[in-house]
Amino acid sequence: MRLETEPNIPAPDDFYQALIDAHAGLDDRRSAALNARLVLLLANHVGDLEALREAIALARDGL
Amino acid sequence: MNTHSPARFPYTPPPELSGNGELRVPVAIVGAGPVGVACAIDLALQGVKAVVLDDNDTVSTGSRAICYAKRTLEVLDRLGCAETVVGRGVCWNVGKVFHRDRLAYQFDLLPEGGHKHPAFVNLQQYLLEEAMLARLQEVGGEVRWKNRVAGAAPDGGGVTLSVETPDGAYRVRADWVIACDGARSPMRDYLGLEWRGQIFRDRFLIADVHMVGDYPTERWFWFDPPFHPNQSVLLHRQADDVWRIDFQLGWDADPEEERKPERVIPRIRAMLGDDRPFELEWVSVYTFQCRRLDRFVHGRVMFAGDAAHQVSPFGARGANSGIQDADNLCWKLARVVRGEAGPALLETYDRERVAAADENILNSTRSTDFITPKSATSRLFRDAVLDLSVKHPFARRLVNSGRLSMPTTYRDSALDTPDADAFVSALVPGSPAADAPVRIAGRASWLLDCVGGSPAVLMFAAPERDAELEQLVALASGAKVVVVVPAGGGAPARDGIMVAEDVDGLAARRYGAAPGTIYLLRPDQHVAARWRRWDAQAFEHALARAIGRTEVSAHAA
Repeated sequence: MRLETEPNIPAPDDFYQALIDAHAGLDDRRSAALNARLVLLLANHVGDLEALREAIALARDGL
Repeated sequence: MNTHSPARFPYTPPPELSGNGELRVPVAIVGAGPVGVACAIDLALQGVKAVVLDDNDTVSTGSRAICYAKRTLEVLDRLGCAETVVGRGVCWNVGKVFHRDRLAYQFDLLPEGGHKHPAFVNLQQYLLEEAMLARLQEVGGEVRWKNRVAGAAPDGGGVTLSVETPDGAYRVRADWVIACDGARSPMRDYLGLEWRGQIFRDRFLIADVHMVGDYPTERWFWFDPPFHPNQSVLLHRQADDVWRIDFQLGWDADPEEERKPERVIPRIRAMLGDDRPFELEWVSVYTFQCRRLDRFVHGRVMFAGDAAHQVSPFGARGANSGIQDADNLCWKLARVVRGEAGPALLETYDRERVAAADENILNSTRSTDFITPKSATSRLFRDAVLDLSVKHPFARRLVNSGRLSMPTTYRDSALDTPDADAFVSALVPGSPAADAPVRIAGRASWLLDCVGGSPAVLMFAAPERDAELEQLVALASGAKVVVVVPAGGGAPARDGIMVAEDVDGLAARRYGAAPGTIYLLRPDQHVAARWRRWDAQAFEHALARAIGRTEVSAHAA
């Protein structure tokens, strides 16, 4: 595995709150757009195609 | 409506009609489009007799290919008709991408210096065909216009074609046939071959428009513009003030209605946003498909161009890949016809160009998926990419309105010899050879002008390697030998070698070469093998392998 799945965010509650707060006041369409932008920005930050493929597979698992 | 009156070519009643009714020829080429004519020129240059059969008597009409990539221009140059194409064509570097009502970003192809040919030239297909046919005439090639191939019967020793003319029917008995008869290829049907792939559920209005004025030579692509909501639009310049405009219409559009001038003119008027005058040159409504034959070689019939593979037009991969098919095929076929190689060499055409077709289909399918998202989520991501592209360069790399056609590297080809030595270079065995400015006998020239048509050897900076060079010239029978020396350097004059002065050092840099480095190039200018130092035995093996020579001479074994 190249993808980090062990805890890696020092302040997990702060991150989660920031994520939910970002969606405040957005309708479903805008929320979906925000999520899509976020995925693209973070994917570029990761950069490693193999890690991204692993993340895609894990996210898809069980759906 | 048409500002160009296409050249018509004379039909001559074939002599076989009054003779024994059969023409015998080493190679018959079906179809006088750019791919068939490229094959005919190449074979003529190789000294192989070929005849081109075409059911029409003119060049193509309507909205066909317009963009020719650098590699295609290099092939056309080797065939001797690039000058007209580059001279008449339009060179463009700036592309603009619009999303909704604003410019998202613009890009500049910023062509790297030190190449003879630009990244791209735009020229309407009929002008390309006219230039190529003029060249074919110059090299003594034969096209039989209004000679329709109505049937093909292949057997182990050749192919018998039934040919119909205005004056009656006759047979052509050919040892080999190249089928370049286009996307609807009747030759495929005669051989009962399956034509599989994907048809995109979308329609596009393609208009060629003549408008005179001071418009920038740029490629403009709109996603979801206010004048054509939810769809895409492309504007691209061709020669003689003709512009190509594509309107995405969606699957439910009525093709008959949409091509009517009263529907088309208001669309263009809305796009231009002003009253400037224009004339419609050609209008059609297309659907696109990506498909290919399972194999391109079927016994003695080889398929090339759209007859072998079809792509959507985004990325200009139709004509470009077809001409590159011809480039790959003809030297091989010529060697087989002359008995210098066995039919196994033609198998490498199948492998290499099937891989190229898959690469082109993959790229063109990806572009089509970006332009025509197939689900709400796909559309969501597409729009997110475009929104981010305004401020963030990373997102611009994800925008896909057509990826520039790049030549295929023939990786792991049976003709390549894998590297034994270390190289730091973008080139690998199988890559098309890189160009560089050189000086030959005091005159400015280009490295690619020195090679091609036959195998070639580049030996870098070799004046002190006289004995090696002597051995190389002896072993390189039939290959061109080019000694690449640094600027101001020289090499002893010798029969059978050409000395190329690497004026800007770009040849050495692009080939990752040091003194003593040797590159072996195939007749189609692709890298076959390379070494850091001379090794006679390795060279002889690699040369035999690269050109499919059946026997390696005894002393090399």
